[in-house]
Amino acid sequence: MKTLEEINKIRTKKRKELELRVNTKLDTREKHILVCHGTGCTSSKSSEILENFKKIIKEKGIKNVRVIKTGCFGLCAKGPIVIIRPEDTFYAMVKPEDCEEIIQTHIVEGNKVERLLCKDIDGKIVNSLDELNFYKKQKRIALKNCGVINPEDIDEYIAFDGYLALEKVLKNMTQDEVIQEIKDSGLRGRGGAGFPTGQKWELTKKVEAEQKYVVCNADEGDPGAFMDRSILEGDPHCVIEAMIIAGYSIGASKGYIYVRAEYPIAVKRFQIAINQARDYGILGKNIFESGFDFDIEIRLGAGAFVCGEETALLESIEGRRGHPRVKPPYPAQSGLWGKPTLINNVETYANITKIILNGANWYNQIGTEKSKGTKVFALGGNVNNIGLVEVPMGTTLREIVYDIGGGIPNNREFKAAQTGGPSGGCIPKEHLDTPIDYESLKEIGSMMGSGGLIVMDDTKCMVSLAKFYLDFTVSESCGKCTPCRIGTKRMHEILEKICDGNGEEEDLQRLEKLALNIKESSVCGLGQSAPNPVLSTLRYFNDEYKEHVIDKKCRSAECKNLTQIEIEKDKCKGCGICQRNCPVNAIEGEAREVRVINQDKCIKCGTCLTKCPFKAIK
Amino acid sequence: MSENKKRTCSDKMIEDFMNKLFEIYLPEKDNLIQILNEVQEEYGYIPELAQKKISEYLKISMAEIYGVITFYSRFTLEPKGKYTISVCLGTACFVKGSQKILDRLQERLKIEPGQTTEDGMFSIDKTRCVGACGLAPVFTVNGEVYGKATVKELDEVLDKLLEK
Repeated sequence: MKTLEEINKIRTKKRKELELRVNTKLDTREKHILVCHGTGCTSSKSSEILENFKKIIKEKGIKNVRVIKTGCFGLCAKGPIVIIRPEDTFYAMVKPEDCEEIIQTHIVEGNKVERLLCKDIDGKIVNSLDELNFYKKQKRIALKNCGVINPEDIDEYIAFDGYLALEKVLKNMTQDEVIQEIKDSGLRGRGGAGFPTGQKWELTKKVEAEQKYVVCNADEGDPGAFMDRSILEGDPHCVIEAMIIAGYSIGASKGYIYVRAEYPIAVKRFQIAINQARDYGILGKNIFESGFDFDIEIRLGAGAFVCGEETALLESIEGRRGHPRVKPPYPAQSGLWGKPTLINNVETYANITKIILNGANWYNQIGTEKSKGTKVFALGGNVNNIGLVEVPMGTTLREIVYDIGGGIPNNREFKAAQTGGPSGGCIPKEHLDTPIDYESLKEIGSMMGSGGLIVMDDTKCMVSLAKFYLDFTVSESCGKCTPCRIGTKRMHEILEKICDGNGEEEDLQRLEKLALNIKESSVCGLGQSAPNPVLSTLRYFNDEYKEHVIDKKCRSAECKNLTQIEIEKDKCKGCGICQRNCPVNAIEGEAREVRVINQDKCIKCGTCLTKCPFKAIK
Repeated sequence: MSENKKRTCSDKMIEDFMNKLFEIYLPEKDNLIQILNEVQEEYGYIPELAQKKISEYLKISMAEIYGVITFYSRFTLEPKGKYTISVCLGTACFVKGSQKILDRLQERLKIEPGQTTEDGMFSIDKTRCVGACGLAPVFTVNGEVYGKATVKELDEVLDKLLEK
């Protein structure tokens, strides 16, 4: 247990210690080596890197250097990432065996290890983080602490204004004042639908009940979205603090966080954070002597996309199959065990403490007229800077893909971007300059969703992409209502037929009709949005569908029955790269001669297509 | 490469393990999924005996437990092979060609995702986003991540495992 006074003392002391993390100009002999421990970097051995650094520092008896485990820096494509502060040196794609050189050259001799310095897309060496184009247009609010603090140390969180918002709320604000502040900020739900957060809080507060619940939805099911995971991994305390504030505002004493079991690191760090908060008396009885009690429990999901839907999630917390409930009643009236329940997404919570500390007026200056603040996107697919980006609402897709994302690799062309995952749609080239917010995305046939943003180049087949998403919804449909259970299956069958080369022209009308029916008649958000990937590709890439059914051709060589891969003789330089990479030895020809594909052996895997440096294979 | 834990275990071991779990979890129905997660983690599947024990402890029918197990993709009723190869089919990996890796894997092992080869050596899984989108396309062998994978690399990994 710590008193408020003790916590404030920790803040002042620790903040001084950690000043070098945020102040690159600080004159100090100390150095902090930050090693990214997000899931991406961890799977390329960043834990081993951390251990190596510690070992070498100990062996050499070096003083004034600390090695720290942090959350995600965002630029996953360059991982594993090591950053040295205060000078902000950015080392990319570091291997465990590089540690010795970094310590010797950088720490002992004071020079930079040139070969490991991060390079920008144009090949320019980057000396510090803020020189990188990737970070220039970003504004980090939800991700503020990610990559700055050690997520497993509550004192580091406290140092950067942690639990200060909670203190302000419990000491100086009434429940209604907090709710009003959130309403004035214009914050909307970051889980996808964009419902005004303050209004949700108000609705739940107004319902009279002895027991209410606060729930955090961390069942990030959209394949390719990983912002919620990164927040939990990099800054778990900011979610805990926001949940306590939410509990105070609506009058709940118990919170649940529902996390995917597939996120072991996030679960582990969140549990550590809960334990530390309990030790400090920040969770538990009589928080900061205000008379308010609150505690949080973790519930693990078990791999069901539909559990991201709020009522299905509640069913799952109660230990049952995740079948969505019919709304109304909404969870605000009747949620967990029939009690009023407030459900917000991780990223939504991550904005709360900043709004309380800086004020609603600061927050609502950022963004567009109807969508305030920032949005975190998981940028992936055919783009150079794969990673996590946080931008003000209203940033255009072009800025995200080209300025932040560094454009498309291999000099390919942009074809489409997919947002909103299996519930969203594809945005074609002509909408690259649309400022992104909740409304504009809806208008062009997609949706914000949780923030997955997958870029596709001109080698991608949009019909098979639609099929991919339908495959996903078919296997994730919970089976409760007929339109979703059977309708999506039928749609998938039609798409398979088209991709196999047996499509008829009428199939396109059938697809569209079915899609509109399913949208209108499904019970929950999963079914209502499942046809979106098909509808949006039908809308923007109709000619490609027609090619599949009429000309029986797939221009991207993804639909095997509709393609033959060939090498264009006049473009082939005889380098043999295709031959060396072919897994079935189907490419024939002698050194420096034009190669030929043996169609009997070819399995149409497309490896040669992507490997050819001269684009000679079609 | 680590091998999956040996999944054959006596009834006594399962009973002991279940009793240990029941010391942690109260006999409340909402603990069902938590307990199943622990069993899946320990054995790689949910043995029938474990289901029976849970049924008695939580006073939930076997049918309902079966319903929950079959609803969630993480729970399985069959033991996994010595090596579980999971291909990530998250969108980021899909766009970078993970379907082709899965196709090749199925072709080589002659089983479908969710199945185990007859000799008990390999299981194939489709997973949705491992979280390593920066390394896409990704497949994992017993949790060990292979990033920026190609069909050729998969072949090499398989050949190595088959040699063992």
